[in-house]
Amino acid sequence: MKIIVCVKQVPDTTEIKVDPVKGTLMRDGVPSILNPDDANALEAALKIKDEYPNTEVDVVSMGPQQASYVLRECLAMGADRAFLLSSMAFGGADTCSTSTTLAYGVNKIGEYDFIFAGRQAIDGDTAQVGPQLAQRLGLPIATYVQSIREIRENSVIVERQLEDGYEVLEVNRPCLLTAVKEMNEPRYMTIIGIEQAYKQEITVWDENDLDLDQNDCGLKASPTKVFRSFTPPPKGKGEMLSGTVTEMAHSLVAKLTEKHIL
Amino acid sequence: MQLSEKYQLIRKLARDFAEKELTPEILDEVEDTGIFPVDIQKKMAEAGFYGIKVPVEYGGQGSDHLAYAITVEEIAKVSAVGSLYVNSPNSLGGMTILIAGTEKQKQKYLRPMVEGDLVIPFGLTEPGGGSDAGDMKTTAVPDGDYYILNGRKTFITMAPFADYSVIYANTGPRESGKTGITTFIVDMKLPGVSVGKEEEKLGLVGCATSDIILEDVRVHKDDIIGEIGEGFKDAMRSLDVGRLGVAAQSVGVAQACLDEAVKYSKERKQFGKYLWEHQGIGFMIADMATKVKAARELVYDAAVVKDTGGNSTLASAMAKYYASEICNEVAAKSLQIHGGYGFVRGFKIERLYRDCRVFTIYEGTSQVQQIVISNQLFGK
Amino acid sequence: MSIIVIEEKCKGCGLCVQGCPFDAITISDRLPVIGAACTECGACLENCKFEALQKIEDGAVRENDISKYHDVWVFAEQRGNKLMPVVIELIGEGRRLADEIGCGLGVIVCGENVDQLAYEAGCYGPDKIYVADAPELKTYTTDAYTKVIYEAVMKYKPEILLLGATHIGRDLGPSIAVKCGTGLTADCTKLDINPEDKKLMQTRPAFGGNLMATIVCENHRPQMATVRPGIMEKAQYNREHSCEEIRLDVKFEENELRERVIKVVKSMREKVSLTDADVIVSGGLGLGGPEGFELVNKLAARLGGVVGASRAAVDAGWIPNSHQVGQTGTTVKPNIYIACGISGAIQHLAGMQESKCIIAINKNENAPIFEVADYGIVGDLYKVIPAILNVLDGLE
Repeated sequence: MKIIVCVKQVPDTTEIKVDPVKGTLMRDGVPSILNPDDANALEAALKIKDEYPNTEVDVVSMGPQQASYVLRECLAMGADRAFLLSSMAFGGADTCSTSTTLAYGVNKIGEYDFIFAGRQAIDGDTAQVGPQLAQRLGLPIATYVQSIREIRENSVIVERQLEDGYEVLEVNRPCLLTAVKEMNEPRYMTIIGIEQAYKQEITVWDENDLDLDQNDCGLKASPTKVFRSFTPPPKGKGEMLSGTVTEMAHSLVAKLTEKHIL
Repeated sequence: MQLSEKYQLIRKLARDFAEKELTPEILDEVEDTGIFPVDIQKKMAEAGFYGIKVPVEYGGQGSDHLAYAITVEEIAKVSAVGSLYVNSPNSLGGMTILIAGTEKQKQKYLRPMVEGDLVIPFGLTEPGGGSDAGDMKTTAVPDGDYYILNGRKTFITMAPFADYSVIYANTGPRESGKTGITTFIVDMKLPGVSVGKEEEKLGLVGCATSDIILEDVRVHKDDIIGEIGEGFKDAMRSLDVGRLGVAAQSVGVAQACLDEAVKYSKERKQFGKYLWEHQGIGFMIADMATKVKAARELVYDAAVVKDTGGNSTLASAMAKYYASEICNEVAAKSLQIHGGYGFVRGFKIERLYRDCRVFTIYEGTSQVQQIVISNQLFGK
Repeated sequence: MSIIVIEEKCKGCGLCVQGCPFDAITISDRLPVIGAACTECGACLENCKFEALQKIEDGAVRENDISKYHDVWVFAEQRGNKLMPVVIELIGEGRRLADEIGCGLGVIVCGENVDQLAYEAGCYGPDKIYVADAPELKTYTTDAYTKVIYEAVMKYKPEILLLGATHIGRDLGPSIAVKCGTGLTADCTKLDINPEDKKLMQTRPAFGGNLMATIVCENHRPQMATVRPGIMEKAQYNREHSCEEIRLDVKFEENELRERVIKVVKSMREKVSLTDADVIVSGGLGLGGPEGFELVNKLAARLGGVVGASRAAVDAGWIPNSHQVGQTGTTVKPNIYIACGISGAIQHLAGMQESKCIIAINKNENAPIFEVADYGIVGDLYKVIPAILNVLDGLE
């Protein structure tokens, strides 16, 4: 079997802070990590590989040169080949434009049985690139996949997570699946895997390699544009209650009652 | 030292592993029960931590000493006792087999050991001689194809659950001292082999330590590792690596002590100011941070020296000496900054303080390291 | 450059669809529609026997195209023939936007036997209701819903299309957007009309809530957004309201639908509807252990609320992640939010700071949670919560 996994390098948003004076993001020193849901997607592919040893798992990412770091991480976890779609021309892409570039990349990698992606990336939290890529490749899709129940000859049975449960879905193959974190526990890299990952070449393609027109990628091909960005204003400081524990409890209940909140 | 991306990824692996597996709850349980979970040991082996620099042909990971030091450091930062499990197969027991073992011995012992299926401790220290290892009382007397071993090894980490043990024994006449020592690998199930009572230790709870007692144990001559009479040299070479491991543990624990001190002094207010805003505390922490950094550089340098074939005896001794000493200093200062809270169970610093005490003692005391360093300097 | 269809020449034979290497062409109403996957490779021009396809310069056409789009549309997501609560919020918001632009409000309903549902949605005040009724639409699948809505969009040309940012909305939105060749903004928390050009300003959090971004979709239509549930004001229900109903033509080819729902399973796990709760009592690391949630539970029960949790408490394994409030969990906006032993990491604040009244109980007087709290109590929650319970019960 052949599986292509789409991954993204993202800043660890739990470590991001806002400059209180300038109101800008302080990204310095914030580590770049493999997007968590993408690790689940890769794990799903590697599990299939465990079961069907003839499986080849390729990872592909669109991003700057430094994104090769997370691709090596994927190789160290057990992926076979890594592809990086990288070019100045890809910069400023919205999800729509990103999915076009990825579609070209995937098509150039070649035949596949499955495409896996994470549900969403933690920097944008949009969850759009997966379904957009599926549309561009003309593939059926299941998003929010929490479990792969059975791989059949021409289809796959998955559980798709809903807010209040899940649905069991049969999807024709080939197809694109997006993984949620409940799907599995991503494996660790191994030391030997890291050693080998650094002996391996990562294929880097730009728009020329992909035969992609400059106008069809990056900012130029993005229907949505950022009009402005700002840091959310903090709410005004509230009231700190004082006194003994009982006094504070009394005054809290009194204030809430007074304002008809209770 | 600016680490290349590869080593950063190795650090990430060890850090992710430690943070995810060695949670505070697990570590409290280890502290209470004295038992380190077997499934975590298994996972460590799967991630490759047991055979970091063992060649691939013996089931190892084919990496190097720098990768080993980084891994041990990151595990030790979260759990010192956890790092002991990583250290052991990579250094003492495993190292002896790797340095001096035959191809057959390497396949038989090394492979299952790095895969986590065999525990093979390092039996050098005796009740009468720790630092003075050359004065060995354990004897091995030839008897046809066998040697008869008699003696007692003490403070042997992991002995209570070992499958085999590397045992150093005197095969020559007593007087010949060092040259008469030979290395054996002894099946712990052989008649005459027993282990002593588990020691109750100040720290590193969760990795049992005991004596190994040998009473007329018949060991086949095929189970000699290396040349007859060359054991002492092989032991010292293994200890070079072991020292690097302890040095890396020291850096990890020292960093953890520093982190705790920084965290606490940002939370705690006295006299209307945070602790760190009091210059006395601020300077103390500045001092600690500088020493931790210096120790780390020494350790990485020793690892690189080892990987590039330089004088690793000197570099490892210096790294072990300095890192273990400053680790104890930093732990003591961090505890001091915690005040009374540092003295009671429940704050992380209390465990760190106990765990690191042995670092200046085992695998060569600080004083032995000083002997090694001065001997190197004076060409002795 | 782009490819256009010369309607007079086209016979609707579909040769262009088969010949397109990028699957960019679909047939709708017997005419090819060029989707966004089009790379203008020209393969279709060669395949067409009637010279009905042409490559032309961009610009004027697009401008012209935009002016053809009118009205605000809301996708009325249903599950088990019940409207999702977010739909009512979207109709409320859609009405506001439509009024500002000065256009109509449409609602699109898909399902099987949805007359009652369409009537109900209509009572919330749209001008038009578009109904697609077919067995294939009973339960959501990407292929079926994408096709139906895409065709409706192509035919009726709304300028704005809003969907709820539910698991289904976030699957359907991007699929439609690509087919329509337009952009989509995910998880919006605020929508506005730019008074100057009447375009939609879509504001959403990014970078874990550390940054807000306002997104515009200048030259493509419809302007599409998914909107986070629980944020917009709900529309008023008026059973007298009547609106124009338009039935959509729904036909599916054999093998066209490639996803099949076998069954829908309601979760066995404890049901927490954080989104709908009026009172939420949340616990964090300050509880010191899973047993702390017993006390949190008690207070929540006394106030008729539900239990929430910080990410740290969930990560520690003290409580299932369905209770998690925050950027990566559920965004909540209850009347009362009581944070017990929660320091107030930015991703937590992002998910609860819109609550009407926030009460924080924390040992550390410098905890960031106090920055957003309306009332703060510095103290041991194991003393404070029992005291509050006593006061509520009139014991003290």
